[in-house]
Amino acid sequence: MSPRFALPLGILAVLALAAAAIPLLGADPDAIDLAKRYAGPSLTHPLGTDELGRDVALRLLYGARVSLAVAIAAALAAVAIGTAIGLAAGTLGGRIDGALMRATDAVLALPVLPVLIVLAAIDTQKLGLPQSDDVGLWRIIVIVALFGWPKVARLVRATALALVNRDFVRAATALGAGRLRIMAVHILPNCAGPLLVATALAAGGTILYESVLSFLGLGIQPPTASWGNMLTNAQETIWQAPWLALWPGLAILLTVTAINLLADALQDKIAGRR
Amino acid sequence: MMRYALQRALQGVLVLVAASFAIYVLLGLMPGDPIDLMISGNPQITPDDVRRLRELYGIDRPILARYAEWATAALQGDLGYSRLYAKPVLAAIGPALANTGVLMLAAFAAALAIGLPLGLLAAAKRGSAADAAINGFAFVSAATPSFWLGLMLIALFAVVLGWLPASALPLPGQDGLGARLVGLVLPVATLALVEAGEYARYMRSAASEALAQDWVRTARAKGASSTRVLFGHVLRNAAIPVATVAALGFGGLFSGALVTETIFAYPGMGKLIYDAILGSDYNLALACLLMAAGLVIVANFAADLAYAALDPRVSVA
Repeated sequence: MSPRFALPLGILAVLALAAAAIPLLGADPDAIDLAKRYAGPSLTHPLGTDELGRDVALRLLYGARVSLAVAIAAALAAVAIGTAIGLAAGTLGGRIDGALMRATDAVLALPVLPVLIVLAAIDTQKLGLPQSDDVGLWRIIVIVALFGWPKVARLVRATALALVNRDFVRAATALGAGRLRIMAVHILPNCAGPLLVATALAAGGTILYESVLSFLGLGIQPPTASWGNMLTNAQETIWQAPWLALWPGLAILLTVTAINLLADALQDKIAGRR
Repeated sequence: MMRYALQRALQGVLVLVAASFAIYVLLGLMPGDPIDLMISGNPQITPDDVRRLRELYGIDRPILARYAEWATAALQGDLGYSRLYAKPVLAAIGPALANTGVLMLAAFAAALAIGLPLGLLAAAKRGSAADAAINGFAFVSAATPSFWLGLMLIALFAVVLGWLPASALPLPGQDGLGARLVGLVLPVATLALVEAGEYARYMRSAASEALAQDWVRTARAKGASSTRVLFGHVLRNAAIPVATVAALGFGGLFSGALVTETIFAYPGMGKLIYDAILGSDYNLALACLLMAAGLVIVANFAADLAYAALDPRVSVA
């Protein structure tokens, strides 16, 4: 396996394993120890402690569980919706294209973050849904998926548009291939490159959306640790302990970079490049 | 071309109407309504008062009727009063919109100036050390949460080094143009660095794709210099996907501005929207979201026109 696959896969595998295994340790990430506030790195606390004396490394790993779960679920949903819509719009053209793209535009035209804030603040009881901690997690997944698909759809459509007039597609049409066959056999495989870029952006994007919502206090609620809400506390204590802001952000950066690198390597592989 | 532009403009208006309705419905689902606020503000209120108030404010009527009434008033320029700021909504939005406009334009210009040349250079020198460095920058930039980058810049330049202020607005008494510009450095840098990577990444991938095409080989075989191939042939074709991304980036830029503003305490649209939504200021939140949606639609419209101008195949369809 080339290092271009091994490196990001290795990073993601280590992170996923650590996140999955951390409950086995039996340590409480929310345990408060006011005597040990703002402690520096040590053997018992590898990354030190925060403003309540909680172990930063432990909270980072529990935060990884939330971020990874949300990212996987939301990105898969967003890519599935976006591919279907983009493919249909770009290949079928005409009125179908118009209608689908106007719907996509409408979602894209909603300024993402303000609307995410509105959605996150919605009273689920007004929709007849029960209130519980699980609803919070699912709510984030649904919200993030709802906003992930239009970018995928537009990119897939743009690629499909450039392809539908190419000779090999015309030849297939002339040979009597139906529209579904053209979409599935001729357009979709040639969309693979942009689609992988889009998938990477969607997966990385969901982690970023989740973190920003939690950062603004609208996503995963404390004391449950998430990378976003750890940064909320870090902002409040930035004059006392600027280093606390470092770790959660680095965790997001590393994870999203690894996902993007992986997709890039895959894209080059599919395109037959080195 | 003219017909295409008119057609897209009309569609843009339709999208705005649909978006405004969606926003109206969404805000209706927020916890609490104006009457709830009055109930919590007045312990002596009776159930009878509540019913009368609901009738007075029209909250007991169906949502479509309420939307129609709001939209009619909005079209006549009446967007109502802001509860938080105690002045007409438009008067509250004006200065905030100007502030955000300055932040976004500066950041957009900086991001394009950094991203596009880097992307083209990386594609032209594919496989070189410069390509690897630019690629690395693009990956890290795309994966950086803007609010975290802002925090890091504050930690470094305000807390540790003490060179720049942590807050975008100067203290009262020292708010000359110089102090304002100094305050803008960190917010603009935050927003521009995060966006630049995305532009560089798309420019690189679009230009590389174009470079691999047969017509590039043909142009080279006919003796065109590599500069001519790059700017005459590759740039023109790479511009199509990049124009799309730049326009899509406008909405992202707006969202980025929102977060950046909350971190640097910058009094722009982002802070206004955040305060309006969390403070249940419905009129203000509606108007802000509508304005934001309108701006994104105009940006998308511009992208479509660029798309059609650059790729003749599109306008035929």
